[in-house]
Amino acid sequence: MSIHDDDLHGYVDRQLTVERRAEVEQYLADRPEDRARVEAWQRQKAMLHGLLDPVLDEVLPPALLVRRAPSPQASAWRALAAGVVVAVLSAAIAWTARGEVDRRAAQALGSVGNGASALSGFALRAAVAHAVYTPEMRRPVEVAADQEQQLVTWLSKRLGTPIHAPALKPVGYELIGGRLLPGETGPVAQFMYHDATGQRLTLYVTREPPKSADGAPTAFRFGQDGPINVFYWVDKDFGYALSSSVDRLELTRVAHEVYRQLGGG
Amino acid sequence: MVAQHEAEIVACIPSLRRYARGLAHDPECADDLVQDTLERAWKRFSMWQRRGAVRAWMFGIMHNLHIDRLRSQRRTPEDAIGDDFADTKAGVAAGDRLELRDLERALQRLPVEHREVLLLVGVEELSYKEIATVIGVPIGTVMSRLSRARERLRAELEGRPIAAKIQRVK
Repeated sequence: MSIHDDDLHGYVDRQLTVERRAEVEQYLADRPEDRARVEAWQRQKAMLHGLLDPVLDEVLPPALLVRRAPSPQASAWRALAAGVVVAVLSAAIAWTARGEVDRRAAQALGSVGNGASALSGFALRAAVAHAVYTPEMRRPVEVAADQEQQLVTWLSKRLGTPIHAPALKPVGYELIGGRLLPGETGPVAQFMYHDATGQRLTLYVTREPPKSADGAPTAFRFGQDGPINVFYWVDKDFGYALSSSVDRLELTRVAHEVYRQLGGG
Repeated sequence: MVAQHEAEIVACIPSLRRYARGLAHDPECADDLVQDTLERAWKRFSMWQRRGAVRAWMFGIMHNLHIDRLRSQRRTPEDAIGDDFADTKAGVAAGDRLELRDLERALQRLPVEHREVLLLVGVEELSYKEIATVIGVPIGTVMSRLSRARERLRAELEGRPIAAKIQRVK
């Protein structure tokens, strides 16, 4: 059995096969000097994490979330998605009761996959913001729900108009808190909720006018980006997007509650 | 699905920032590096032939940008950092903090190519093979840089004098 320095590093970095790992362990058993080196390297690794991991918890500088120049594709998928209106509100209500009908209807409309269109505009930004912040364990929100009044006051001030976080307890979701994010032309608010199983859901509220050409007010749309489903609509001067990895029916159910509370229904 | 890729790129931002902070020490310089990396990534994404994870690809972009930057600078980062850290030790009370300061100083004194490998292995946990691709060197070079970086760091943290050439302990 010959063990080289590379194997010792591989051992520290857990990049060895199970067999090789066992051989290294055996080798180290009666070589205190090498063992001391390996332990020192392991300590270094832990310390480097201690030094640098706090960066992961920092609030991202807004500049990093804004693209300076949109790529040619960006407008291409916008145009692609703009054509597909999944359903209007009345149809959306029917979905809650008849999911199957909805899926067939969507297929008939010629949209892709399971009836979801590609996302664009604020709905896409909402999905991206959802993907970035929901996995956060330590700092998913800037202001937590126990300071709800402060949160609402702060967000209202920054958005320049009164907004509030809908109470979604009746549909099984509790508010975790919220954060302010950069949008295309101004700040947007993100509220985060979770259900009893820890499943997270975000509501993105923007004052930006919708990008799509067919932006009839109060049209409910459904779109998808990888595992994230997004229900979005425009009401008065606001765009709303509800994102989650729960299925479409569940999302529709919550979307109706949000819509109702925000003065739509 | 382009939107999926956009989400993947954005999801890399926290670890790109972490890596940049280790490379550049100064938070503002580090975020500038992240911003430049993101811009290049958005621009080049359509041309990229997917040969691996988005994350490794982005670390590769950052590596190139960082090297370009250092080449255009007069001062080497080692010299610069030596000044910055001259009296940081005095004000820190807690033992842990002190240890981290020492570590940071030792880290910034490493030659940049050693520091890169040390961080990509130890913090970002990329495989040796991925790192060889990211920085464009043979895997043997990755291993020798890693070994030197770790030995030098160990010597500094244990307060031993550092030989001009690291002697391998057999």
